[in-house]
This record gives sequence, C-alpha cells and structure tokens, in this order.
Amino acid sequence: MNEPNEPNTDVIQGTLDMLILKTLSLEPMHGFGISRRIEQISRGVFKVNPGSLLTALQRLERAGWLDAEWRQTENSRRARFYTLTRAGRKQLEVEAADWTRRVAAVARLLKAEG
Amino acid sequence: MSFWRQLTRGLGVLTHKTAADQDVADEVHHFLEQATAAQVARGLSPGQAARAARLEVGSVLGVREQVRRYGWENQIETLLADLRFALRRLRSAPGFTAVAVLTLALGIGATTAIFSGVNPILFKPLPYPEAGRVTMIWYRGDDGSRVDETFGTYRELVERSRSFNAIAAMKPWQPTLIGTAEPERLDGQRVTWSYFRVLGIPPALGRDFQESDDRLNGPRVAILSHSLWRRRFGGDPAIIGRPITLDDNPCVVIGVMPKSFENVLAASAELWSPLQYDMSQGRAWGHHLRMAGRLRPGVGIDRASRDLDSIAHAPVPELPRVPWASLKDGLIVTSLQDDVTRGVKPALLAILAAAALVLVIACVNVTNLLLARGVHRRGELALRSALGAGRGRLVRQLLTESLLLAALGGAVGMAVAILGVRALVALSPPGLPRAGAIAVDGSVFVFGLVVTTLIGLAFGLTPALQAAREDPQQELQHGSRRTAGGFRMILGGRTRSVLVIAEVALALMLLVSSGLLLRSVERLFAVAPGFAPSHVLTMQVQTAGHRFDADGATNRFFDQALEAVRHVPGVTAAALTSQLPLSGDLDIYGVHFDPPPAADPGEVKGSFRYAVSPGYFEAMRIPLRRGRLLDEHDRASAPLVAVISESMARRRLPGLDPIGQRLHIGEGPLYTVVGVVGDVRQMSLALSDSDAVYVTAAQWSQADAAMSLVVRSGGDAAALVPAVRGAVWSVDKDQPVVRIATMDALLAASATERRFALTLFETFALAALLLAAAGIYGVLAGSVAERTREIGVRSALGASRRDILALVVGQGMTLTGLGIAIGAVGSVAATQAIVAMLFGVSRLDPVTYLAVIALLAGVALMACGVPAWRAARVDPASTLRTE
Repeated sequence: MNEPNEPNTDVIQGTLDMLILKTLSLEPMHGFGISRRIEQISRGVFKVNPGSLLTALQRLERAGWLDAEWRQTENSRRARFYTLTRAGRKQLEVEAADWTRRVAAVARLLKAEG
Repeated sequence: MSFWRQLTRGLGVLTHKTAADQDVADEVHHFLEQATAAQVARGLSPGQAARAARLEVGSVLGVREQVRRYGWENQIETLLADLRFALRRLRSAPGFTAVAVLTLALGIGATTAIFSGVNPILFKPLPYPEAGRVTMIWYRGDDGSRVDETFGTYRELVERSRSFNAIAAMKPWQPTLIGTAEPERLDGQRVTWSYFRVLGIPPALGRDFQESDDRLNGPRVAILSHSLWRRRFGGDPAIIGRPITLDDNPCVVIGVMPKSFENVLAASAELWSPLQYDMSQGRAWGHHLRMAGRLRPGVGIDRASRDLDSIAHAPVPELPRVPWASLKDGLIVTSLQDDVTRGVKPALLAILAAAALVLVIACVNVTNLLLARGVHRRGELALRSALGAGRGRLVRQLLTESLLLAALGGAVGMAVAILGVRALVALSPPGLPRAGAIAVDGSVFVFGLVVTTLIGLAFGLTPALQAAREDPQQELQHGSRRTAGGFRMILGGRTRSVLVIAEVALALMLLVSSGLLLRSVERLFAVAPGFAPSHVLTMQVQTAGHRFDADGATNRFFDQALEAVRHVPGVTAAALTSQLPLSGDLDIYGVHFDPPPAADPGEVKGSFRYAVSPGYFEAMRIPLRRGRLLDEHDRASAPLVAVISESMARRRLPGLDPIGQRLHIGEGPLYTVVGVVGDVRQMSLALSDSDAVYVTAAQWSQADAAMSLVVRSGGDAAALVPAVRGAVWSVDKDQPVVRIATMDALLAASATERRFALTLFETFALAALLLAAAGIYGVLAGSVAERTREIGVRSALGASRRDILALVVGQGMTLTGLGIAIGAVGSVAATQAIVAMLFGVSRLDPVTYLAVIALLAGVALMACGVPAWRAARVDPASTLRTE
C-alpha cells in the first residue's frame, strides 16, 4: 500500500493509539486530518494505513477516550470528527510517560553497547 | 463507561446493520475525498489526483472490510453465519439429523429425567433451615442395627445430653376424624412437644406445641397440615382454637403448618398431637419411637455421637434403665438426610449411572455418524480450506454444527425428560423418599444444559480435529480421483471401529446388569412366603371411639365381625391377625424364655408378635411342624399358650424340645409353647425369616385396636370385597375398613423397588442394545460403501458371494467380539454397583452373562446382515466400469 519509492515506514506497533490521542489533543479532527498530521509532524517517517487508523479510532471511541460526531462538510458530505475526552487526555499522559520511559531505557542500553 | 460504550455501540451495530455499514462507507469515502483534495492542492489534475489518492488509501473495499470487522458484535455475526450454515447443512441431511437428534434426545432425556428424580433425594438439602443440623438418633441393637427408641431413653437424653438444641420422639398415629363429612381415617404423628423445633419450621397459623401440652392426660390439642386444613376445613383461619373430633374425643386445633412444609419423617402425616407419655406407663420402655434431634450450632455429628455414647456407658441412678433398653451398645447418630436416603442411595446411584451409560452410548453413536459424514465432507472442507479458511475457523464451524445438533437433541431431550419424570413418579415405589419433590426445575434444567454442551463438544471435537489435520491439496486431488482408501481413511475408520467396540462394551454392561436384576426378581417370586397367598383377600378392620374403651368390647366386635365374614358365600376360611405378613406391619416384642435355656441365658430378643384368632394358621395355610395349633379352647380364662416359628425354635432352643418351654413376651405373663409352625416372610420376600411368636387375641393382655382380616375364597378373592366389607359393617357400620388388597398384590408390592429398578434398567438396556446395533450397522454400511470398488475387484477376481458375506460379517463380528470381551470385564466391575439390589443370584452369574452375550451377538449379527447382503450384491462389472 505504500508508494514503493517513499522512504516511510508503518507506525511502530502499539504507538498508533498514542499518536492519535496526541494529534487530537490539539484540536478535533477527522480521519484523513489525523493521518495527514501524523505524516507531516513525523516528516513523512510514519505513514498510517487508513484501515488501521479507522479501526483504531473506533476502538478508542469505544474505550471512551474519544468522542465521535458527524458533521456536514462544505460539499454537503458527512464527515466524522473526533474529539479527545478527559479520559483520553489522562490516557495520553499515561502512554506518553510510559513511552518516554521506554525510549530512555532503550537509549541507555544502546549507549552502553556502543 | 467504556464497557457501557462497548455494549451500546455493539448493540447499535447489530440492530442497525445497514446504518452502521453506511457510516463506515461514508467515513472511508470522506477519507478518500480528502486524500484526493490534498493531491489536487499539490497541483495534480483531478484525474491524476484521484489515482494517487487511491494508491495512497488502497482498496476502499478492503479498508471498509477491515474497519467493519472490528468489535465483539462481529463475533456474533460470525456465529450467526456459522449457525445459519450449520442449520442449512442439517436441513440438507434430514435423515442424519433426525437420527442424531433423536439419539441424543434419548440419552439426554433419560439422564436428565433420572437426575431430576435423584436430585431432591440425594443431592439437595432437606427443606429445613440448616438441615445439616437435623439428625436421627437410633438405639444400637446388639448386631449394630438401628432399633427404635424407648421413651425412657428419650427422657434420659433430654435430661443429660448437651449436644442438641432440641430432641424429639415420634410415632405414627391414625386417628379417625369425625365431622360434617363422612368419618375419615387420617395419617398423623404423635410427637413430643419439641418436634417442630427440631425440624426448624413453626406453624404458619396459630402456635407451636409447648412443654405444658406434652404431659400425661394433658390438653387434647392438634396441629394440622396445610392440605388437611384446606381439604376438610376450607382453609378457614378461624379454625384455630376450635375443637375437632378425633376418635370420639374433642381436640382443639392450635396451629396449621405452612403450605411449603414437607414432613420428611412421615410424608403422609396430616396432623400432629403431643405424645403425652409418662414414665409410669409400661409403654415408656417399648422400643417403638423414632428420635430426631437438632444439633447445637458448631456441634458435629461425631461430637454428638461421642457425647451420647458417653451418656450411654455411664448410667445415673436418678434415671434407671431396663435390661432391654440398657444402651450397652450405645446409640447411632446420623444426619436426617443420610437416614432418609440410606435405603435407596445405592439403587438410585446405580440407576443414574445406567442412564449416564445410555448417554455415553448415544454420544458415541452420534460421533460415529458425524465421522461417517466427515468422510463425505472432506471435499467440501478441503475446498474451504483452499479458499483461505483457517484451521481454527474450520474447527469452529464444525463445532458450531455439533453444538447445534446437541442443542436440538437437548431441547427434544428436555421434552423427553419431562415425560420421563412423570413416568418415573408414577412408577416410583411407595418407599421412595421425597417423591413429591421430584420435578423438572431450575437445577435440572442447568444439568441438562451442561450435559448438552459437554456432549456437543465431546462428539464435535473428534471429527473437527480430524478435519483440521487434513491436507487440503491432497484431499482435493483425492476428491477428483474419487478413490477411497489412503492412510487417513483407514485412520478415520479405525476411530469409528474403536467407538463401535466401546458402544458394544457399554451396552453389554447395561444388559448384564438388567439381566441380573431380572433374574433377581424371578428368584424373589420363587421364594416361598411361608403361606399360600393365592385366593386370599386381606383388609384391615379398625376400631375407633369410646364404645371400644373396654377390651371386652373390642374383642367382641372382632369376634362378631369374623363370624359374619365366615358366613359370606364363597368364603372358605377367615381369620384375624394383629399384623399381616408383607403389609408393612411391624410389631416386635422382646421375648425371653423362663427359665432361660443354656444357649441364651437371660437373652431378650426381638420377635414378631402376632395376636391371632384361632383358625389363622388354617386360613393362611401356615404348616404345623410340631405340637398343636391355637384353637377355640385357648380363651382368656384358659392357660396361656403360644406357638413359635421353627427358626425361632432352632435358634433359641437348639437341641431342646420347644413344646412345654415357657416365655415372656415383653413384660407380659408366662406363655407355654404348645406348637411350632413354619417360617413366614413378614417384612419382605427378600428378608429371611425372623423369629415369630403367636398367641390368641383373647389371651393377649390388651386388645389390638386394628386387626387384619384374612379371607380365603374358593375363587376370585377380589370379587369378595363388597360382601366381606358389608359383613363387617353389618356388625358396626362406623368402623373403618382399610388397606384392602389381595395377598398376591401384597406379594407383588413387596418387590416394587426391585421392579422399579428392573423396569428402568430394562429400558436403558434396550436403548443401549438398539444404539449399539445402529452403531455396528452404521460403521459396516459406511465401510461397504467405501469399499464398493474393492469388493467389485474381489468378486471380479473370483470371490464368491459367500466370501464377500463372510468378509463383511467377519468385520462386524470382530468388532462385536472385541466389544463383548471388554464389556464382560467391565460388567464384572460395574455389577458391584447393583449388588445391593440382587437377590439369590451372584453378580457373576454365568447363565446371565452367557444369555446376554448371546442376545447381543445375535442382534449384532442382524445389524451386520444388511450391509453384508448389500456388499454381496455388488456387481463387479458396473463397479469396474465406473472407474
């Protein structure tokens, strides 16, 4: 599904939820917006598979971390916008802290080896 | 919160399938639109932008599918799809489905019905608060048996024991209720005042007995059962405090028991009155009371037992004992539950096990059917697997099918169970405790559900796992070449052969058990009861009312009634007895010889006591062995004489001439033995002869209030009922005549429990036999169908029909033979469970084993017949042409 000559990778296993929550912490967004934002901010390193993204959005919504709402777009299409809930914000903090801890640990390990 | 969302969102998707699909489609579509717009913004033409966006997003349908697959509700979707598919498959093979469902229904229904019968008796606690604390207390006889208690022991235990909150003693009571309607003989109990405190259930209306009610010549009071209150008094609450008339005496109703009250100790009792005993009476030391106690909280049966034994072995002078209630062997304490179920537990467990065996056989049979079908389904499964169905998915699909099959079987099985329970209650012997509580209730339903699920998994797993092992490629190739055989086919065939062997073995075990029971019942009826039962009518004549307060009046009434009966046309002989053999009467007195013979110095032993009219032995045709019978001359004023049974003479007076020996019956005067008669079975045909002593009613110290009439007729005894009853009533029309039965009927009734077990075992064994035959048939038919080509080749190469027949029958009978061998070994172990129900036949009885094996082999041979005949008719030419 990736364009063959682009040097991007799939999102690291298990971090998609955190990236979505982070992205939505700035403002409510629809699916494509989230996907584009992740790509832009990661400078094209991460590319999000639409199927995985939309499934993840459903999962997070059911977990109570996001609220979803249908809005009318300019060309009178329906678009689904996602908003971070308070529980979602808390979850983001937990996941971010956990991630930072892991990354630091991995970095230390790599340094020790090197 | 999240759980709530999971639930509501999932349900939303399930209920609004199209809307949910539309939502997903819209969202994906919007995504694609935005992606296109972004490409346009980068400067691509609309066409190029659309292409680029599609590349970026990938397959729109794929994304939709991926998103849609999320959520627990999709598991349900899959399940429903599997179920629909399974239903279609079952519908496409109606024959298979019907056979499988009926087989399972039979097994599940039988097991569930038996479970619902056994459940309240063996597993559920009795319907009393903290039922585990309710115990029975028995006097321990010198042979360790449970003997009824005396009032003296009751009084001593109440005074001295510290293990019980309450102890009660009780005895049966049959008062006649006289009122506006016709007189009615009621079943009741005389109980000490603490009776309902022991059970823990107070009356729903009015008050319980209190200590002041329970003393000699105390107030006449009674507590009614709910059913009696409704039946005779219209459920009128004003009955409390009003007198009713029992046996000519006014008796004040003080309470009514709740509707839910179940009196396990005497299921038919409808009213209760205080015992009102006193130590001043002779009956205070008669062994005729049952005793129950409620343990103090925290006191176990063991501790109570030790407590009572220490009391038993340390008499105190304030509470003197008599020699025949000396408590020298202590007391027996058991839980009421154990006591109630003691007699029936082994039989019920054996019956439950038999039903479970039928269920296992049914499962084996259905597994076999599924395996046979699995062979035909290989192509289908291989195709599905080749198209991308994972192994887990295939196993799940097959399991769904078998569970559905089990559920259908279970549903029909519950119907079978409900009918079965009705039949069970109708068939149940009168001695079965708590028969009224047998019903298909919640716990039974859960039991059926669990059984159904388990067997669904059990018989589904084998074929499913076998299917999962298949290699689709190989199977597809095989399918196209239409060949049978190959390694896996043999493996599948072997599983089925093993199952058939198991089925035959289990069926044999059931057949042997029911064969042994059949022989037992036969043997039982071959037992000589000690009298000639044919053409004998029996009934109990009772006396009630103050006109019989004097013994003379009672004896006069019975004499006149007997005289009247003797004059009824068709009556060849008639007599009266205080207890009737095989009727359930139980009247035992301690008998000791005076002077004591050397063999048992001073021993007091329980013997059946019969007060009879002269002519009793002649009417019953009980043979005289020595001396003379009782006759008209043995009047009250004549010297007291007794006749004893020959086994009593043999046991108590070995080597002595019994004639002229003298004995005491209870605390009564001395009787001189004038004759010895043959032994009579009193309690049941199966129980061997106890000691018996006969005296004339005229010479007995106190007139019996109820006597049984034995009438011998020249022809049909039952036809004499109206005339004989009329003759009794011609003397006094107010006296109840009850328990009318021919002696033959009593004889048959004494074997009802064995018959009950036999009927159930026979039913199960027949079912097992049919299922086993069906199993053998199924395997052989399948094998013949698979080997058609091989058989064709064989006959083309010169095998005769006889050879082919021998081949197929040989295969079937080999399986049968193996099954029989294993089953015979299993039977030797299994029949241990029914030893208690056998009579006069060893559980290893070779005749039974051989007969049953012959029967099973014969049926198996018939089951082999059809497939063998079909195999023999295979036309070699046509088989070979189809290749």
